[in-house]
Amino acid sequence: MRFLNRSAGRLSRHRRRPVAGLLLLMLGLVLTGSLYAAFAPSSQADSAQSDEELVEQGRKLFLVGCSFCHGQNGEGVLTEDGNQLGPTLAGVGAAAVDFQVGTGRMPAAQPGAQNPTKPVTYTQDEIDALAAYVASLAPGPAVPDPEDYSLAGLSEKEREEAVSRGGQIFLTNCTACHNFAGKGGAMPHGGQAPSLSDTSARHIYEAMLTGPGQMPTFSDGNLTPEEKRDVIAYLYSLREQPEYGGFDLGGMGPVSEGLFAWVVGIGSLVGFAIWIAAHTARSSKKKEEASA
Amino acid sequence: MSIDTSKVASTNTTAATAKKPNPVGAAAEWADDRLGLATLAKKNLRKVFPDHWSFMLGEIALWSFVVLLLSGVFLTLWFTPSMGETTYQGSYAQLRGVGMSEAFASTLKLSFDVRGGLLMRQVHHWSAMLFVAAMMVHLLRVFFTGAHRKPRELNWVVGALLLLLGTLEGFTGYSLPDDLLSGTGIRAADGFVKSQPVIGTYMSFLLFGGEFPGDQIIPRLYIIHVLLIPGLLLALISAHMVLLVYHKHTQWPGPGRTEQNVVGFPMLPVYAAKAGGFFFCVFGVSALMGGLLSINPIWKYGPYDPSKVTAGSQPDWYMGWPDGALRIMPNIEGHFWHHTWSWNVFLPIIVLPMLLFTIVLVLPFIEAWITGDKRDHHLLQRPRNAPGRTATMVALMTLYAVFWIAGGNDIIAIRLHLSINQITYFNRAAVFVLPVVAYLITKRWCISLQRKDRDDLLHGYETGIIMRSPEGGYSERHLPLSTGRAFRLASRDRDPDVFGELPAGPDANGVEPPSGIGSRLAGVRHRLRKMMYADNIQPPTIDELEQGHHHAEHEHELQVPMEGHAADGHQFDGHHLVEGEKLRADD
Amino acid sequence: MTEGHDGHLPGLPGDDSHNGSHDGHGELVPGPIADPGLPEHVWRPTDVDPKAEKRAERQIATLFGLSTVCVVLFVVSYIVFDVNGGGGGATVRTVGGLGASNVALGVTLAGALLFIGIGLIQWARKLMGDHEIVEMRHPARSSDEDREETLRVLALGADESGIARRPLVRNSLLGAVGVLIAPAVIMLKDLGPTNRDVTDSQPYIGAGLEHTVWEKGVRVVRDVVGTPIRTGDLEIGDLINAEPETIFEVDENGDPLLEGVPLQIAKSKAAVVVVRMDPDENNPAPGRENWAVDGILCYSKICTHVGCPISLYEKKTHHLLCPCHQSTFDLADAAKVVFGPAARPLPQLPLMVDADGYLVAQSDFKEPVGPSYWERDSQQSTSK
Repeated sequence: MRFLNRSAGRLSRHRRRPVAGLLLLMLGLVLTGSLYAAFAPSSQADSAQSDEELVEQGRKLFLVGCSFCHGQNGEGVLTEDGNQLGPTLAGVGAAAVDFQVGTGRMPAAQPGAQNPTKPVTYTQDEIDALAAYVASLAPGPAVPDPEDYSLAGLSEKEREEAVSRGGQIFLTNCTACHNFAGKGGAMPHGGQAPSLSDTSARHIYEAMLTGPGQMPTFSDGNLTPEEKRDVIAYLYSLREQPEYGGFDLGGMGPVSEGLFAWVVGIGSLVGFAIWIAAHTARSSKKKEEASA
Repeated sequence: MSIDTSKVASTNTTAATAKKPNPVGAAAEWADDRLGLATLAKKNLRKVFPDHWSFMLGEIALWSFVVLLLSGVFLTLWFTPSMGETTYQGSYAQLRGVGMSEAFASTLKLSFDVRGGLLMRQVHHWSAMLFVAAMMVHLLRVFFTGAHRKPRELNWVVGALLLLLGTLEGFTGYSLPDDLLSGTGIRAADGFVKSQPVIGTYMSFLLFGGEFPGDQIIPRLYIIHVLLIPGLLLALISAHMVLLVYHKHTQWPGPGRTEQNVVGFPMLPVYAAKAGGFFFCVFGVSALMGGLLSINPIWKYGPYDPSKVTAGSQPDWYMGWPDGALRIMPNIEGHFWHHTWSWNVFLPIIVLPMLLFTIVLVLPFIEAWITGDKRDHHLLQRPRNAPGRTATMVALMTLYAVFWIAGGNDIIAIRLHLSINQITYFNRAAVFVLPVVAYLITKRWCISLQRKDRDDLLHGYETGIIMRSPEGGYSERHLPLSTGRAFRLASRDRDPDVFGELPAGPDANGVEPPSGIGSRLAGVRHRLRKMMYADNIQPPTIDELEQGHHHAEHEHELQVPMEGHAADGHQFDGHHLVEGEKLRADD
Repeated sequence: MTEGHDGHLPGLPGDDSHNGSHDGHGELVPGPIADPGLPEHVWRPTDVDPKAEKRAERQIATLFGLSTVCVVLFVVSYIVFDVNGGGGGATVRTVGGLGASNVALGVTLAGALLFIGIGLIQWARKLMGDHEIVEMRHPARSSDEDREETLRVLALGADESGIARRPLVRNSLLGAVGVLIAPAVIMLKDLGPTNRDVTDSQPYIGAGLEHTVWEKGVRVVRDVVGTPIRTGDLEIGDLINAEPETIFEVDENGDPLLEGVPLQIAKSKAAVVVVRMDPDENNPAPGRENWAVDGILCYSKICTHVGCPISLYEKKTHHLLCPCHQSTFDLADAAKVVFGPAARPLPQLPLMVDADGYLVAQSDFKEPVGPSYWERDSQQSTSK
């Protein structure tokens, strides 16, 4: 273009393709990133700590990141008005810590009715340490073993029955808040039962067990561990099965379906109508023979 | 020599000359000998239809209906309309061993064991949505352009009935699979029926064959859905088409178009090709949506169970607005004389829809009463030229929209991170305030557009070229409108004169004004007529146009010294069109 | 019907000619701008250029050909793709996570139809004659002669029938035809029984709007699995979706006690939620102090608005939210309505503990469960 009238590099510019600069930039970024990943110090914690060490490490982490709201000994902090800044953690158990910190809900940005998920701040080892410390405050629900929610060891038929029963339990206990596809639902005053699509099996189990926030608890006396396992198996089966009918449009039911009917359906058909009735191209030429 | 012709048949229609054998012609002759269709055909085959995209919206509804019939017949071949209990052992593993109704089991079979079954289910459901949406859009177009005026009021009534029946058809249709979502809707419907005073409990028991849920509702809805309502729909659609053909289609005003003629393309071949092609497009879009977009995934909902429910329980979109009214209604219930008056349910779900539907039904008659216009109208009005009517419909649309939004309040709450309580409180106020605001804004907007049209007619259109006079003043060049466009803008009726109060004594013909209720009604009518017409801008008269041109001439004289100069923009002198001129932008 | 390019039509006297409008007195006023007539027809490239015409023809034929290709692909997809491989989704063909059968059949069918549609429309737009033609309208009303003739014929027919002169015959006919509606209406009576019929005859357990299957001593069991509940099973904050044990009972032969319609009817009225809260936070209604067991309360799950089941529970506020229309009930305050369109609190089931330590009902609900209805008497208790 003529306004790029610099003399420098004028000759070589015509030999280079326009995309060359972009490629060079990408190459530089990739190179830098790889070098960093190769040489940056890894942040792996030491493995295989003993229980007391774990609890002590957890306590240190707790004092730094949690005690402002939850108190130096996890006893909870009340504001002047008597409102709770952070509730007491005695008795919530390791499972609650693993869930709250593992999904990024804790550390909370501010006290409030509901804590949304955020990027996770701690590594899994740090979370284990925190969980061990909180568990030491008072007995509470423990972090489940993978065997607790795995279907391994069951026959094909038993698996099928587990998934089927899990579906019925899910539809009875969970869909009222989390919706039929586990996509979430509205609660009063801005609260939300979140989507379950990306939640891990362990976290789902812990949420049922500990009842985070306003969620009711589904303790083992309410839903037995097998029943919890069945629910998780059903949810995973939903994730693994194909969307038989096409894109699921958010899985929110008739509201999003109506939106698509109007925008996509009526929109495209009105577009067709405009095309059909539009004037076609015209020519300035005339036909030689007289027209009828 | 003479030939004895007495025995020759003389009642044949044609002489016995040899003709090229033409199979189509022979078949047509055979048919016409018995049916006499040529008389009908000769008039209608070249019938003229005006061409505008907004005239095709009703066609979307018509062709969607055909798609519904075709896909619906397919579904009936496998669907079992029975609530008999069965234990599922079919191919969808997650529901094996679960007790469900035959209706739900057969829908699962359609979805998973019949190839193309899920496609047809989804095509059927998507085109049902399109059917009702197209009817609504078509209704809005007809109303905004004044096509509901005499002689087409009855066609409007037929159309409003079609909209009602289409909505009911959709409701009965999506309830047939007896899944959790639609079953919850039927449960709510039972609550609506029960809320009616005096007859409510009886109606509920008659409808369900006893207590809810019973085992009668699905078979009964089925026969309503596949026989009764489609029969009514077919009859009404035929009436709608017959009236359309008899009255001929309305058309936009324009060069060559009058109230006495119809200008457009003939049915055979152009209109038939375009309409037929559009049918394939509507069917194709339905098929595309059915293939790519999942709708009503009943296998995820599971069979209906009165103790199960899903978050986000809404009816299909066209029932969204009564659901919204139900959600925002305050919880008033009356207890008198050992009986319960369920105002909280009865008012929003029984009274309100009946009231609004009746208003929609009689809109042309109300308008005719207000305006007093008894003429036939075949030319359409631009919405801006009927500000009162346009604003009224926009206010009604706003009311509908507020209810609609209220119906989706929980989905809105989670998508936009709002509180459902706040949304409900907002909607309770908005339902009264926003329609009034919408009316006022729309009316003023239309009047502004009318002013713009009038300016265009009197002064020409703005070219965007700004001229600076020697004294330093700035002005914009205007060019005259093309004849066709000017004619189009000017071809509208003058609005009646409604200023002042109603005359008290007898009018010009010696008729006394009405008294009592009649006088009160006449007063109301006068006030409504004033609302309708008083602020409108009239089209310019001949005198005003002359003055406008004269003014332009005068301006032109002042610019004579600049003519011929190559300075850019001087070509735009307000008198000469600039096609053919060499403009700098052409380089 | 006149076909022509030149659309100048003289306004006929007395017509509502468009080339004028009516002022306030209904007088015809000439419009400010004269009708310029139909615009001159401009040819399309396909009309004047044989090459463009041939190209358009080829394009349209190609579209129709593509439609046929799509039909073939549809048949192939039908044969090749199964919808569901028999369970688990493992053997189902997918494309981008979507079911391949549905996508393939849908897209090919859509292609087959759309190509025909677009081809037809292109044919009309590019190749068919596009001269605008004019057709005259006729007034919607019949002519005066026709009207008079019709009236005359009607009068003749009425006269010959004598309907005007024979009011006795006419009125008795009208009366007879009028009451003919009665058989049509009365035959619908057996669409269903009345609430009174059902309550009196008790064709199944808990029949009638004012009764459920709950009665004294019936255990509260978990829904779906049917296991009874001990007080120690529940922690504070637990919510159990529960049913009466009658739902899961089997008789001596192993057949379920309730199945089919009676089972569904029972569930639609007897479903309950059991919650445990700190006993200090519970504020029971007067007379209901002993309806809870150690902070464990039981309420009907069926919303009193229009009957949706509720189990959205906020354990800290003790609010139960209905997903249908957002009625909210405070379970710590006798399920009073705190938001939304429901007008009555949820009925509460009085609980006690039986000899084995399981939760059981003290009696049926003391008021009808579910949505309100006309005969519902809020001043009277309906407990058996």
